[in-house]
Amino acid sequence: MVDQPLMKNDEIVRLEKAEKLYQMGMQEVHALAGVTVSFRKGSFWAIMGPSGSGKSTMMNILGCLDRLTSGRYFLEGKDISSLDDDSLSELRLRHLGFIFQSFNLIPQLTVQRNIELPLYYLGWDSIRSAKRAEELAEEVGLGGRLHHRPTELSGGEMQRVAVARALANNPHVIFADEPTGNLDSATGEQILELLVRLNKQGKTIIMVTHEPDIARHAHNNLHMIDGVIDRIE
Amino acid sequence: MHKLRSFLTMLGVVFGVGSVVAMLSVGEGASKEALEQIRKLGSNNIIISAVKSAEEEATSTQHSHMSIYGLTYEDYRRLAESFSNIKKSAPVKLLRKESRLRERAMELRLVGTTPEWFELVPREVIAGRVLLSADQNKKAPVAVLTEFGARKILATENTIGQTIRIGGDEFEIVGIVKSESGQAGNIQIPDQQIDVYIPIEVARKYFGDIDRKRTSGSWSMEKVELHQIIAQVDNTENVESTAQAIEVMLKRFHKKKDYIVSVPLALLKQAEATKRTFNIVLGSIAGISLLVGGIGIMNIMLASVTERTREIGIRRAIGAKRRQIVLQFLIETVVLSTTGGIIGLGVGALIPFLITYFSGMMTVITLGGVLLPLLISMTIGIVFGLYPAMHAAKVDPIVALRHE
Repeated sequence: MVDQPLMKNDEIVRLEKAEKLYQMGMQEVHALAGVTVSFRKGSFWAIMGPSGSGKSTMMNILGCLDRLTSGRYFLEGKDISSLDDDSLSELRLRHLGFIFQSFNLIPQLTVQRNIELPLYYLGWDSIRSAKRAEELAEEVGLGGRLHHRPTELSGGEMQRVAVARALANNPHVIFADEPTGNLDSATGEQILELLVRLNKQGKTIIMVTHEPDIARHAHNNLHMIDGVIDRIE
Repeated sequence: MHKLRSFLTMLGVVFGVGSVVAMLSVGEGASKEALEQIRKLGSNNIIISAVKSAEEEATSTQHSHMSIYGLTYEDYRRLAESFSNIKKSAPVKLLRKESRLRERAMELRLVGTTPEWFELVPREVIAGRVLLSADQNKKAPVAVLTEFGARKILATENTIGQTIRIGGDEFEIVGIVKSESGQAGNIQIPDQQIDVYIPIEVARKYFGDIDRKRTSGSWSMEKVELHQIIAQVDNTENVESTAQAIEVMLKRFHKKKDYIVSVPLALLKQAEATKRTFNIVLGSIAGISLLVGGIGIMNIMLASVTERTREIGIRRAIGAKRRQIVLQFLIETVVLSTTGGIIGLGVGALIPFLITYFSGMMTVITLGGVLLPLLISMTIGIVFGLYPAMHAAKVDPIVALRHE
């Protein structure tokens, strides 16, 4: 199964002998040392492992933010291992959504403008964008906060804005990097419920976390250690 | 963007653009002023004036001495006949005479000349007519006054047809012209406000060539046939060579240097040279200010890129391409520099106003003088914004997202 080059119809991402090398001073570090794995469409994965295990690198590769040193990466059946920077940007813009531990909202923009950001790069007009931003804010439970600045919001609210922004381009895959890391457990639980709900609506969710309590919400857990897959649960 | 910091950064462009605007308006003003002077003098004219030579000046303090100097009728004839380049010329005889109309009296400058004068020194006719050759032939005692003289001496009376007394003789006023009095550089404008124009034959017949003046109890006498000859050259290119030839001719027939040949065109060239110097000096200042302003903007944009690394990372992660990041920062820089340019335009418009107010120098703000600095400030934004923008686009999104 591992060496099977053909994609199954319901596979959304697939790594084949993926390697990522970093030059750390004089030393070469294998952040990914030959990973072969595939995720099904509509699945909810939690990638776990201690720091330095390669889980963040895995996330960056899958999220098209970084490129493999060797090996191949298929996204929705297409080999994207050799795409250039602009094409990767285009992929992120059209098909992927991101949620980060530290929210990563732009502080000088209002909630509405933050949510509209992907739509701006997609070239949507302002009326359509505003309507979409309103719908999304409603969906994540942020109605009435559209004209606030991120700094006026609580952590949970900021992460809701980030989720709304990640959903703006109607992505196939949502990447969540420690989405609850900066939130208290009750608020974290709410964000997770939101992710579970999105997953039930058909979104593929790939989440990086080191907390087993959080990972419990995912269908599958992938444990990494020293750049290789330790075990899959 | 910090508001205060952006504003301070803009100041460099403000002053740069300000000095460009000031430079252009002062330069424009100077050339307009020069053209105005040339218009008053006539750009193709050569003005030959009689002056007392240095030796004559020394001896004229003696009693009952008669100084004889200046241009002669013969000079005028020779000038008119022997230069093919000279199309028109007018002899001028100048006398100061007391003029009166009933109880009103004033000293006028009597200009004995020919009808050609009015073609060489074109002035607007306000009423009546100028001198005609018929006046010349008939030796008619007619006079043309200037607007200023007419107001002074005729006051409310009907002007044309009045008879005024000049010296001891009566003249009929046939016309009134406007006058352009004043100085053009160091050349005296040919006409004055207190002029009264009469046919030269009449001036010669009535007043003769000898002028008696009573100065501090003694009489002095001067014999001057002509005080001025104005000659018009067919082509601007020939003005200077003709002036030199006239100088050579006069030197042959005059023992003493009792004449000056002046060329209004030389004044124009002098004005242009002054303008050039002005432009170089102000242009350098403006250039340095703009350079400093541009570097200031580049500096602040580089700082801004560093501060906003995380924002750049977010935008890149969401899907912004490198060139979109370049464009974003480039637009910000251009907005900054163009805003500076617009403020600079205001400052720049104020400077010529102050120059005109305090020095009386003419300044002109043209459309080009407004558009060019705006164009320059936009270009500054692009040139100095490009490096920071490229710098921003090189930011690695993974590193940027971890940036605090």
